[in-house]
Amino acid sequence: MTGPAITEQVGTGTARGVGSSPARPDGVLKVTGQFAYGSDLWMDGMLWGVTLRSPHPHAVIGSIDISAALATPGVHAVLTHADVPGRNLVGLEHADQPVLAESVVRYQGEPVALVAADHPEIARRAAGRIVVDYQVLSPVSDPRTALDAAPLHPGGNLVRRVKIRKGDPAPVADVVVRGEYRVGMQDQAFLGPESGLAIPDGEGGVDLHVATQWLHVDQQQVCTALGLTPDRVRLTLAGVGGAFGGREDLSMHVHGCLLALHTGKPIKMVYSREESFFGHVHRHPAWLQYEYGADSSGALVYARGEICLDGGAYASSTGAVVANAATMGLGPYDIPNVHVDCYGVYTTNPPCGAMRGFGAVQAAFAYEAMMDKLADALQMDPVALRIRNAMSEGSRVPTGQLVDSAAPVAELIGRVRDLPQPPAPPTAGPVDLRQLPGGVGNTTHGEGVRRGVGYAVAYKNVAFSEGFDDHSTARVRLEVAGGTPIVTVHTAAAEVGQGLVTVQQQICRTELGVDTVLVHPADTTVGSAGSTSASRQTYVTGGAVQHVCALVRARVLELTAALPDLPGTPVGLRDGAVVDADGAALIDLAELLGDQAVERTDEWRHRRTYPIDPETGQGDAHVQYSFSAHRAVVDVDVELGLVKVIELACAQDVGRAMNPDAVLGQIQGGSTQGMGLALMEEIQVVDGKIVNPSFTDYLIPTILDTPPMPIQVLENPDPHAPFGLRGVGEAPTVSSGPAVLAAIRAACGHDLTRVPVRPQDIIG
Amino acid sequence: MRVELTVNGEPLLADDVWEGESLLYLLRERLGLPGSKNACEQGECGSCTVYLDGVTVCACLVAAGQAAGRQVVTVEGLTDRMTEPAALHPIQQAFLDAGAVQCGFCTPGLLVATHDLLARLPAPTDEQVRESLAGNLCRCTGYEKILDAVRLAAGRLAADASGGHGRNAAGPKPGDQR
Ligand code: FES
Ligand code: FES
Repeated sequence: MTGPAITEQVGTGTARGVGSSPARPDGVLKVTGQFAYGSDLWMDGMLWGVTLRSPHPHAVIGSIDISAALATPGVHAVLTHADVPGRNLVGLEHADQPVLAESVVRYQGEPVALVAADHPEIARRAAGRIVVDYQVLSPVSDPRTALDAAPLHPGGNLVRRVKIRKGDPAPVADVVVRGEYRVGMQDQAFLGPESGLAIPDGEGGVDLHVATQWLHVDQQQVCTALGLTPDRVRLTLAGVGGAFGGREDLSMHVHGCLLALHTGKPIKMVYSREESFFGHVHRHPAWLQYEYGADSSGALVYARGEICLDGGAYASSTGAVVANAATMGLGPYDIPNVHVDCYGVYTTNPPCGAMRGFGAVQAAFAYEAMMDKLADALQMDPVALRIRNAMSEGSRVPTGQLVDSAAPVAELIGRVRDLPQPPAPPTAGPVDLRQLPGGVGNTTHGEGVRRGVGYAVAYKNVAFSEGFDDHSTARVRLEVAGGTPIVTVHTAAAEVGQGLVTVQQQICRTELGVDTVLVHPADTTVGSAGSTSASRQTYVTGGAVQHVCALVRARVLELTAALPDLPGTPVGLRDGAVVDADGAALIDLAELLGDQAVERTDEWRHRRTYPIDPETGQGDAHVQYSFSAHRAVVDVDVELGLVKVIELACAQDVGRAMNPDAVLGQIQGGSTQGMGLALMEEIQVVDGKIVNPSFTDYLIPTILDTPPMPIQVLENPDPHAPFGLRGVGEAPTVSSGPAVLAAIRAACGHDLTRVPVRPQDIIG
Repeated sequence: MRVELTVNGEPLLADDVWEGESLLYLLRERLGLPGSKNACEQGECGSCTVYLDGVTVCACLVAAGQAAGRQVVTVEGLTDRMTEPAALHPIQQAFLDAGAVQCGFCTPGLLVATHDLLARLPAPTDEQVRESLAGNLCRCTGYEKILDAVRLAAGRLAADASGGHGRNAAGPKPGDQR
């Protein structure tokens, strides 16, 4: 009677609703410099907190002498593990990471002590006066031998192993190809540094304003470490300058609160860029060995993959990344016989965890290279081979789960293939250096430059998998102010730049027919929204907002139905009025409600998922898949090994484009991050030490490196999802890099097995 | 030390400035102008771009003391604050309309850099835009909508200049006094 379909039937609830691209509510603040990011927060009397970090990847701590630091004028507190009042272990999946190191450090950059001072430079200098007696141990640097090394944690060095088995264990194929690939460690490189402000409440509790991805999982961990109940640790989302997975784990959260509670003063902490490289988890480096077999017609017979992921010093979300790399490990293809082993280990390298694409990214470089190798061996067109084997609705993925909504893999790759090609590289006449590999470095005027075209298609699971109770909570209030109906929507979901605040407003407008929608700041006074990750917020928090709007609407219709002498039957809300089935207004909301407010709060869950079998990997583990395809066109200077990406075309099925502009923004940004990994982005770790922790040495694509990106958006609704939508943010990050690699291979003719590709690999 | 300077046309001063502080720190932490951003503080990202005597600089690379007695214009100074409510500069409006703002951390620096670009080259080619903005990193957008925003702003400013809708087409001049 009052289901969400009603307003859909009588038309969009109001303009600027679902399917439009209205202005974002934080936009004016952001273009005028007034939006308060975590690093902009400020309070009278506040102190600056800094973190002393281990210079060694692996060492035993003998003693820590803080006396000289504490005696520094302007210093208010110096804290060590001895000052952690609760449990000195935190972590997303396993509580295995000390808030402050006790007897051992397991990675370079591990927090050891904290200082609060009047000025950040005083704090930094005082931290330099803390004397830590380290007894250096040899690092455990190679994840492929880490299982044989002495255990770094009580349970040994295996974080998780996932096996997927399907079909014939000893399949035979006409054509077999093999490859070994290596994917480097990528950094999220969000621009807004880790930051926050912790304010003691004077009664032993604390208010933490922090740039993060998941307030409630932060709150749980902060409470554990501080030994406080959740009512005494209140979190509010500060402005977030990008996240991409790198803010799912704690950064300054507990540290800031410890200093605040200890000094009784507000504490501001802001990481420098260098510290940021040590202050969050990275994308897991991967070692992948693959073998694919096909019959002579090009039909895939089997696929085998072994994937090793370096989890680094602490588990973070390695367990879930392992499961993702395994279950997404063979790409969106129908493969009758499957054998995948994927494992993640502890080492003394930088901890790795969530980053956009979450395990699917690494595997895609391998499986798409396999498809190109097969095409080559079969003398087939690589796009035709992909279409020949494309997964579709009704397919079963390697875990046995039925693909029970649209999976237009063949159409997506066909669409990018059919787009017009960019103009050929200039062969004569004056050249614009900016359009050539090497750019204004003036390394070529076109000599040695070869064009290459490459394709890739990928899929990514949306939301949390394997039986996780993945829910969100929304509070929606409808009231009248100044004669105008106003909706306030309140969730704890982190807006990190993607535009969730806009989408929440749009959903309220569509569902409640009210144009003015205020987004309450995200905080822990409302229930958990889950993480802003796994492409899940528009789906799950969007679903929660839609659901709670329906509850509010039901109440409004109930109030309306109770009125005498109605000219029709109330069925929906539109343009500030209750309407009948023909869309005719029955009564204005302002008149109906007067000074009464209708407010509802509830949780919402996506459909259930299940764990996978530990021996076979079979199980309905995932909620939904998101599919995308890319075509990359590159010019490669094959003599110098330099690459210019000329164009990066993408086609993606988004189910429903909730906000078409934001969808494009996600595809463009996601594609660019995948391209960055393919070409230039790598945290280089030597014997456990990061050698390039700066934007001088860790390169991300600039506007000069980034090509035009023609985009095709498909909208095949997923009947199981709110509005039919599919999570958008990650799939393009999965397919863009492999397409770029394929294009470079096509240009230079070498079997590039390392990501990011280096000039010496291209020269061969 | 004491530093006196003019920011967005307003004479300001800060006391007890430590010699090692940057202009960026001075603006953000002492003068209450956190609009200029601190993404790297090593001159690599452009998020702190401001005008110093009419020339764009990375505020993180300028010592606070070096700015003494000089004219600084920040993102906060692009808005026409003579109107009520403050009117967005056409470049700011174009960034919003084009969807060029996601997390927005790169935005203040890009706005100042674009303001400078369009003052020098009112109708830049895409290649000129890319070259001029290559010092401003953005991690969210993939730059496509930033290019759209610059094209849109250039078009609107040109239309304003020829059509004369009363708006000062070039916006505040670098180092403008108001
Ligand atoms: S903060 Fe100044 S260039 Fe990055
Ligand atoms: S919008 Fe986030 S860095 Fe540009």
